[in-house]
Amino acid sequence: MVVPERFLEAHNRKLLMDRSTPGRIGASLTKLDVPKTALPEVSLLRDNLDMPEVSESEIVRYFSQLSHYNFSIDHNFYPLGSCTMKYNPKVNDEMASLPGMSEIHPYQPESTVQGALKLIWHLQEILAEFMGMAGASVSPKAGAESEFAGMLMARVYHLSRGDTQRKKVLIPDSAHGTNPASAVVAGFHVVSLPTNEDGNTDLNALKAAVGDDLAGFMLTQPSTLGIFDTNLLEVIQVVRDAGGILYGDGANLNALLGKVKLGELGFDVVHSNLHKTFTQPHGGGGPGAGAVLVSERLLPFLPAPHVVRTEDDAIEKFSLVTPPQSVGRLGPFAGNFGALVRAYSYIRTLGDVGIAEVSEDAVINANYILSQLRGVYDLPHDRHCKHEVVFSAKNLKDKYGVSAKDVCKRLIDYGIHPPTMYFPLPNVVEESLLIEPTETESKETLDQFIEVMKLIAKEASESPDLLHDAPHNTTNTRLDEVLAARKPVLRWRRKTSE
Amino acid sequence: MTTTFTSHFSPNTDSDREAMLTAIGVESAAELFDDIPKEFRFPGLDIPEPLSEFELRQEMGALAAQNATPGDYACFLGAGSYRHHVPAIVRALAMRGEFLTSYTPYQPEVSQGTLQAHYEFQTLICQLTGMDVANSGMYECATSLAEAAMMAARITKRDRIVMLDSVSPNYQDVVRTYTQGHELPIDIISPGQLDLPDDTACVIVQQPNFFGYLEDLQSLSDRAHKQGALLIVSVDLASLGMLKPPGDYDADIVVAEAQTLGVSPSYGGPYVGVFACKDSREFLRQMPGRIVGETIDTEGRTGYVLTLQTREQHIRRERATSNICTSVGLIALMSAIYMASQGKQGLRHLAELCYHKSHYLASLIQEIPGYSVPVEGTFFREFVMQCPLTPGEINEKLLAYKIIGGLDVSDQIENGMLLCCTDVNTREEIETLAKALAEIGGTA
Repeated sequence: MVVPERFLEAHNRKLLMDRSTPGRIGASLTKLDVPKTALPEVSLLRDNLDMPEVSESEIVRYFSQLSHYNFSIDHNFYPLGSCTMKYNPKVNDEMASLPGMSEIHPYQPESTVQGALKLIWHLQEILAEFMGMAGASVSPKAGAESEFAGMLMARVYHLSRGDTQRKKVLIPDSAHGTNPASAVVAGFHVVSLPTNEDGNTDLNALKAAVGDDLAGFMLTQPSTLGIFDTNLLEVIQVVRDAGGILYGDGANLNALLGKVKLGELGFDVVHSNLHKTFTQPHGGGGPGAGAVLVSERLLPFLPAPHVVRTEDDAIEKFSLVTPPQSVGRLGPFAGNFGALVRAYSYIRTLGDVGIAEVSEDAVINANYILSQLRGVYDLPHDRHCKHEVVFSAKNLKDKYGVSAKDVCKRLIDYGIHPPTMYFPLPNVVEESLLIEPTETESKETLDQFIEVMKLIAKEASESPDLLHDAPHNTTNTRLDEVLAARKPVLRWRRKTSE
Repeated sequence: MTTTFTSHFSPNTDSDREAMLTAIGVESAAELFDDIPKEFRFPGLDIPEPLSEFELRQEMGALAAQNATPGDYACFLGAGSYRHHVPAIVRALAMRGEFLTSYTPYQPEVSQGTLQAHYEFQTLICQLTGMDVANSGMYECATSLAEAAMMAARITKRDRIVMLDSVSPNYQDVVRTYTQGHELPIDIISPGQLDLPDDTACVIVQQPNFFGYLEDLQSLSDRAHKQGALLIVSVDLASLGMLKPPGDYDADIVVAEAQTLGVSPSYGGPYVGVFACKDSREFLRQMPGRIVGETIDTEGRTGYVLTLQTREQHIRRERATSNICTSVGLIALMSAIYMASQGKQGLRHLAELCYHKSHYLASLIQEIPGYSVPVEGTFFREFVMQCPLTPGEINEKLLAYKIIGGLDVSDQIENGMLLCCTDVNTREEIETLAKALAEIGGTA
């Protein structure tokens, strides 16, 4: 029955370099079909290329086995708040790998990539329409890079008006960590604003913080508490009156498609994470793509390049351009094109009717979970949420010594990926569990999740150690993160004989 | 007959919605949006109507057909994005849903596949570059270079960034973009320029340089270090199958574009940037990006976790070493699989194919009246051809031969075109290009 441990797949974690056998190779070598040229002088050549020697069949089995140690959207419910882990349509991958999309080189003459540029232009237009903005660049390669681009635009805008004293950026304490980090890379100093009891921006704190040193305000809507700021119009007015640029973090756009346009509310610059709202797969941590969209007054500062359309004798032509006062180039080329193709495929598939349903279903699903788990876990803000809901495991912690982390690890035993934990941060919500079901989950899946969450709360009261020791059925039990940081082992090294 | 649209991605039916709305205690979904100011609520979206999957394929196919596709065309472009033969297993493995549709491995017990694969990436990058440690990936090479420059400024507590004029112009631009907020001064110097200012934080070299030629890394390394500055090398990973790695020249930070290892050009992205450096407490503390480390679980078994996270934005917020929140994990995985499949023999072979093919092309060009190869020195797989016409005109005419020519670098070298050969440029393509150039040049 029980098999000796060394025969279990999950315990054979040998790395490629330890699987190496001299003489093996994992790829067929392309033939050399031209005459040889003398190699560079020998002092320039290496004689120490110590890379794995493994056959193709071994590589396939190794990585296939590794893949089994992952949870993924394809296999598991993944209610990871603020990450929008919705189903990633397979057809999108196929569209991005059409040779006419995947094989084209970024330095090809524009006349030879009109299809690609046309796609980018349409995507810019559609995203601007979703957000109610005047223009877009899809060159940022992630949300954080859009934030950086947006804050650079704020900087250059103020400088262009001779407003050299505007160095302060205000950011609510509930914001993603990238917001303050991006503002700092762009050269600002950051002041954190508290969230009030209702989960809204603390207006008094905001009014006290603005002045003629204000460069901008970065706000996520709905916030990472999953709620829409009911003081929003007043907040916007305060920032605008003080001469600040209003940055809208679109990480949570999945709640707002067709429900409100941030540009119409008065935001100057917003971004959209194409890997969240528009189904670019997360890939175990990227690639993403982040479109940055601006109002009229920031158009001249957009990062380079963006695509413009011109018409000559009724023939449309698309070109890459650098706006006149551009903050500069964010990358060597025009952005993560493969992700843009996927986002465009997704949007065209759903179209106007389907896109309008996305946020509605995402919000219904989240509120359904809220309604069913109310009373089981603490609910710091008991009001209608948007696409995600924050619970707190503080009740379990106080009564049974079971933390949000323990609840999360126990969910793994039930085949469910944990929600986001300890974000929002403990100074905003203690023991937080941020749950985002997305619109691509069925009511049956939600009901099962709700049942499991209730069961876990019951387990916490009856046998807390079951949760403390979870997960029980994974490749590894809980890992020692403190050891990893204290004694960093960051790569394989050949064992030297002692 | 028209059909009403039902999203095949979302399972909710009208009766599901009704049941949930009742449980929530509202009459309609619209009520859930009551907190949005009324005058701005439900603005309507002016975008095209839905497409069936069949229609989508037609539409996307038509867009793709408006591009001239390398493969149908011979293509001699490089300059930071390279075409190679990619073994079938790279895509087959990376497109597994378990890798493709998983999140950042913040929950290590359900992410060991991703974590171990990224640990492999870090290891293989260190083996290839000769460096001590590597992170698990940056957006691409140019931003990786910008982060390296900012890290050097933090470590040396100096401001000035010195960059060789032979670094890719686009990379230079990205370094400018990223450092403008902190107003770090940037000096662009020629390799021969001897004196470095006292406040130099780093010297940035591209190897081989933008024009394809090898810089004297040893002398640049000696000069930078004598001045107390760090040496940052942006290296072509394909060259490291045969050329001495930057680690052998005592480079402090190495950045690179791992797209060249198993990833298609895809019109410029997604790629993955390499960030590798020396191993010291200060370097580890100042590194940007995600790092995977080995550890043990409660049963004493080996496993992997994201580590040294107190450098990162989700913990450190405004005091983070960088704002980056990705490691472009999937692309790093693809290049790890590619490195594993090529292995020791294949990477050497790849480098030699690039070397011999580009030199064969250069030797043919030198025989064509009106054309020359003006730059002196040793090149790896790219070189500059001087043309009798503007490179723009040449490239326009080459399209008729089903050839996408090289990159126009005439702003730096008169009538200069940067050409590149890799394993996928066949002898037939190379000879066709030479013949076409001769014909085009004859009409000058």
